[in-house]
Amino acid sequence: MGTLLQLENITKVFDGLVANDRISLDVREGEIHALLGENGAGKTTLMNILYGLYHPDGGRIRLRGETVRLSSPKDAIMKGIGMVHQHFMLIPPLTVTENIILGLGSLRRPLLDLDSAAEKISSLSAGYGLDVDPRAEVCNLSVGAQQRVEIVKALYRGADLFILDEPTSVLTPQEVDGLFNVLRRLVDEGHSVIFITHKLDEVMDISDRVTVLRDGRLVATVNTAETSKQELARMMVGREIVFRVDKEALTPGETVLEVSGLQVDMEDERCSVALQGMSLSVRRHEVLGIAGVGGNGQTELAGAVVGLFAPVAGKITILGHDTAERSTKGVIKLNVGRIPEDRQAQGLVPDFTISENLIATRYTEPPLSRRSFLNFPFIAELAKGLIGEYDIRPPQPALLAKQMSGGNQQKLILARELHREPDLIVAVQPTRGLDVGATEYIYKELLNHRARGAAILLISTELEEIFTLSDRIAVMFRGEILGIRDAESADLEEIGLLMAGVRPEQQPLREMTP
Amino acid sequence: MRRNWSERALSVVLALAPVWAVLGALLLGAFLIAVAGINPVDAYAALLEGAFGSLSGLGLTLQKTVPLLFAGLGVAFAFRCGLFNIGGEGQLHMGALLGGWLALTFAGLPAPVLLPAVLIASFIGGGIWGAIPGLLRAKWNMSEIITTILMNYIGFWFVSFTLHGPLQESRGYYPQSEILPGASWLPIIWPAARVHLGLVLALLAAAGVYVVLWRTTIGYQIRAVGSNRRAAEYSGIPAVRSMVLAMFVSGGLMGLAGAAEILGVQHRLSDFFSPGYGFDGIAVALLGYTHPVGVALAAVFFGGLRAGFNAIQRTEGLPLAMAQVVQGLTLILVVSSVALPRLRALLRRKEAASAGGVD
Repeated sequence: MGTLLQLENITKVFDGLVANDRISLDVREGEIHALLGENGAGKTTLMNILYGLYHPDGGRIRLRGETVRLSSPKDAIMKGIGMVHQHFMLIPPLTVTENIILGLGSLRRPLLDLDSAAEKISSLSAGYGLDVDPRAEVCNLSVGAQQRVEIVKALYRGADLFILDEPTSVLTPQEVDGLFNVLRRLVDEGHSVIFITHKLDEVMDISDRVTVLRDGRLVATVNTAETSKQELARMMVGREIVFRVDKEALTPGETVLEVSGLQVDMEDERCSVALQGMSLSVRRHEVLGIAGVGGNGQTELAGAVVGLFAPVAGKITILGHDTAERSTKGVIKLNVGRIPEDRQAQGLVPDFTISENLIATRYTEPPLSRRSFLNFPFIAELAKGLIGEYDIRPPQPALLAKQMSGGNQQKLILARELHREPDLIVAVQPTRGLDVGATEYIYKELLNHRARGAAILLISTELEEIFTLSDRIAVMFRGEILGIRDAESADLEEIGLLMAGVRPEQQPLREMTP
Repeated sequence: MRRNWSERALSVVLALAPVWAVLGALLLGAFLIAVAGINPVDAYAALLEGAFGSLSGLGLTLQKTVPLLFAGLGVAFAFRCGLFNIGGEGQLHMGALLGGWLALTFAGLPAPVLLPAVLIASFIGGGIWGAIPGLLRAKWNMSEIITTILMNYIGFWFVSFTLHGPLQESRGYYPQSEILPGASWLPIIWPAARVHLGLVLALLAAAGVYVVLWRTTIGYQIRAVGSNRRAAEYSGIPAVRSMVLAMFVSGGLMGLAGAAEILGVQHRLSDFFSPGYGFDGIAVALLGYTHPVGVALAAVFFGGLRAGFNAIQRTEGLPLAMAQVVQGLTLILVVSSVALPRLRALLRRKEAASAGGVD
């Protein structure tokens, strides 16, 4: 096998912060090369350099032995590099064909040549087992199908090196298997794949070689067959991981959150999901995990429970209080702690200091303020205490939230939302984008509150997280709950099928092994 | 190491952008002044002399500083809530109208009652004119940039209408009101420079804006909404109320700018009495980094510029049009050097906010 791509000593500095420090990497023809690292290790920066989105401050890129300068994605595409981003770059109301030919010339200018394009797409997708209908509108496609459209798009443009950025984070387990089959077909045909991930199982499953990054530096490149998950984990994190969360067995207590027949309308956006009559309940000492592929109504459910969206029908009660008429503030008053889906957009005021953010939910209550004047000595005292208790770093109350790392931003939110021992915790994607250490911290914190007697509604698209924390698992699909299972006895494959919208009665009966 | 050094040097150069802009504008202006047949060095000497060189010059500078400071504070206050108030000119006229009407109607009241009442009326008049676009924005997401501009026209043409009608002087000659009762005038506090009480009030307003924004729960809400409305709402902060209130106070400060001008300088209400203080307030606020201290300094700078150019016209015979061109040039360069990055940040935030929730 020849070498397709060589990255040599690539360096990239942002505002004095070294994102890539002399990273070298080579990709052979016909190989699947995994790029492994935690969030913030520099994987995406490196790939954005390769795709022409950033310019390296040092080092060089060689394609088929030739030194190249990639100053834009267009350059990269011309040189046969295709990228499938984590967030797809598709225009939802357009058809697959229209999306794929976007930005390309047409032989019948000024008219579009949709028919011959559609034909070519059909034959490409058939050739690689991609199953893409060129005439479908993108917004009617499942996430897995949209991802296949992105792959066809790259193929259509003549890519022979595919970069996939965390491609499995939006897929059900079965869709992941499908994607892996496609990737194997691609390399069988002589293409090469760079597979960016932070999941060790996937690396072991699919890759030929692995390159591990940590803190912007290259740790090593190894043959997958000659390594193990343990070794990779050690390289990725830089220390032995004792990632074990002890969940003690507890008997659930009284019901804290009761949702029945909940309906939420969607703002009139296309391709969005409304809730159509869902019911669930969460008790003290219990974690109810809501599994599901993103965009199936989880945002709406969490929004309705915390009082951001008013339901059109149905009832939500928290410890017996009906929340229908309550604003967000009213729900907070019922002693509810919320960990929002998007900590940048919802969780924090970026231009506020740590102290200012810590009081956001109760700045009007004495002694935090008296007669409309903020009580700074008291606020400083509170901030000092919480910064210590939650180990927020750097421990400077006057630091702006936007200057903090993701993990510490999340700790700040935890400190604000959990320090008053809420009866109900609504946690949405609580560890998104966090490294192993911060994730571990947040799991432990949530489980401590479970032990204390909080009821926890956990909404996450990470199945591993759901299985680690939940006592019961509910699966959401298109605004409905398709099934609720005890976590102890839940079967990963069944949960996966539910996530894909296959109802229990449609699922094949599996033989039970005694 | 080298990279570090050059980066630091670059950031210093960038931080001083307003200084470079002023120097650049003066250079370009010098060229234009030379084209007009006047020695630029003489002209600039006359400008400095006219703005700060004599008591009467300094007085003129401070006189112009007063409405500029109120207006700058008004723009800055709304800006802290993420709102861009371009309707200062209309708010200023409406404030002056309500204040002027009150003064004429209750002309018999003694000064200690009448003056405060007129000032409060001006604040309310401007405030309502600002609160309307604030409500439209907060509730129905109509761009306050557009609505405030449009409401300018309604505002000053309405004032013009009243001065051609019900409020017109009894002579019925000019579109202006009767002389306002002396009890409503802002008294002169420094006779030699003819500086009136408005200067003190404007400085108090600057202090007040600081206290409200950074010491009270209301200011906390306003800044939270200005920085990230979604996060503020998620924390239970009333965003709509905060935005309307911010625009009310912003418009109210504009109203005081109008009041200061009619009660302190012109002593009557006339149509189109403001030479654009409402718009200049934007430049003042942005140059002052929307912080009350910075705004106060910027107001003196622009006040001096206005007074200085008056002087060049008088002493050097610079044509009025040319004076306005050079002044406008200075304004554009200074404002763009400071404001473009900040405005871009504000607009980006707006974009993000309207795109929010899709993910």
